[in-house]
Amino acid sequence: MSQSTPTREVARRVFASEFNDAGYTFTESDDERAPVYALLPTGESSNRVFFVGTLTEKEDVGEDAEYWRGRIVDPTGTFFVYAGQYQPEAASKLRDMEPPAYVTVVGKPRTYETDDGTVRVSVRPESITEVDAATRDRWVAETATRTVERVAAFDDEGNEYARMAREEYDTDPETYKAAALSALEDLDDGAGDELAGGEDRGDATDPAGAPEP
Amino acid sequence: MSELRQEAEAIAEQFSDHLNVDADEVEERLENLVNEYRVPLDEARRSVTNSYLEDAGMERDELGRGGSESVLVNEIDEDEQWVDLRVTLVDLWEPRSDSISQVGLLGDESGTIKFVAFETSDLPHLTEGQSYELSNVVTDEYEGNYSVKLNRTTGITEIDEEIEVGDNADTVEGALVDIQSGSGLIKRCPEDDCTRVLQNGRCSEHGQVEGEFDLRIKGVLDDGETVTEVIFDREATEDLTGMGLEEAKDMAMDALDTTVVAEEMADDVLGRYYRVTGPTFGRYVLVDEMEEPGSVDVESALIEARSI
Repeated sequence: MSQSTPTREVARRVFASEFNDAGYTFTESDDERAPVYALLPTGESSNRVFFVGTLTEKEDVGEDAEYWRGRIVDPTGTFFVYAGQYQPEAASKLRDMEPPAYVTVVGKPRTYETDDGTVRVSVRPESITEVDAATRDRWVAETATRTVERVAAFDDEGNEYARMAREEYDTDPETYKAAALSALEDLDDGAGDELAGGEDRGDATDPAGAPEP
Repeated sequence: MSELRQEAEAIAEQFSDHLNVDADEVEERLENLVNEYRVPLDEARRSVTNSYLEDAGMERDELGRGGSESVLVNEIDEDEQWVDLRVTLVDLWEPRSDSISQVGLLGDESGTIKFVAFETSDLPHLTEGQSYELSNVVTDEYEGNYSVKLNRTTGITEIDEEIEVGDNADTVEGALVDIQSGSGLIKRCPEDDCTRVLQNGRCSEHGQVEGEFDLRIKGVLDDGETVTEVIFDREATEDLTGMGLEEAKDMAMDALDTTVVAEEMADDVLGRYYRVTGPTFGRYVLVDEMEEPGSVDVESALIEARSI
């Protein structure tokens, strides 16, 4: 279909554990300005994400100018969000927010390679806003459904991104399905503890202190 | 009734207004082609139809398909379909070409659709506000938007009935992932019939004008699969944000800056889930009704996820 205005990229729903594994990026054309996509291990392209989690920590890690890093925790892991002078609104939000708080983020996946060669995936936020627990719960439920749907379609014939994921990653998509279902089950119990499986145990700011749904 | 007979009667019916054709004769010609010459029925129908077209001196597109379907305008979702409509002429526009005799908007309870009638079709002119039964109109598609074309074979019958025109309402649900520029406290051109939003105090049509303040939000709802652009007008914006026009003006006045209004609104609505209903206008859904979906039903989400 001919398109006079460029279509806006959809914001994928993906849990932190899967997002952080999405280290492979690609473009779909040779155009210099072609959008860059992170390849989700469940077989989907992602130029934008939308997520809700608990901001547990924020820190200005900039040397000359302000450069804010936020850790945002969901039931499966931690999103890392970086906002500097080119994301002034998101940066000022991070500066002003007091963790722990439920926040929602719309942003773009970014990858960088560390000195030891591992690829880190982070988010460059377009917006950050504080939300309530109901919004968080809705996102967890929605993201679980979307994740399970992607895993279900993984072996479909003609699923180009699944084929790509099979080539680029060696993780079993069933892992993400299990994580998604367990996130949903925790929500059902009404006793989800974000840090249970995370790497942040012993953090001074414990999101379990955030209001429960 | 045999298949051939059915086809024959359909063809005869199509030409009934133009030629003196009877079904027996058509059937005979079809039978000859199909049984004698082993021509597939489709091809036989085509061939017979063409020969009658030639007899009548008509073009193929002047021919009504026998028994076109009666539809609501909002149901039209395919190009080049022959349909019948029961509509009111909602609006007539200025034709932009000499070949067009009338162009405007038809409506029924499901919504509205653009129509075009061409000079060459030689049809009686339609009147605004009048209801009609239109038979044999052809659907058309341009960049995802549908319209209908009247043609020489279109039957136009005035009907004495008020048809309440619907608004093509769509319902979309998703997270509000973006508030676009031109949102919050805006100024509109005060010229008659011009409501354009001013850019730096200028109207793209009328130049520098003293604008009138208004509120609106141009936003994007995203459900993880598709994005929909939505517009909240003043009323819907007040409903969404709880901020009225006067409050917004005061806020802008205090800050000596109108952009604070959109920022303040964004704090309250960005990243939240909404379900909105309203008519579609181009690529926008104009929000009439808005609701927050509230708490998620985890149990049914779990059942659904496990069943996938």
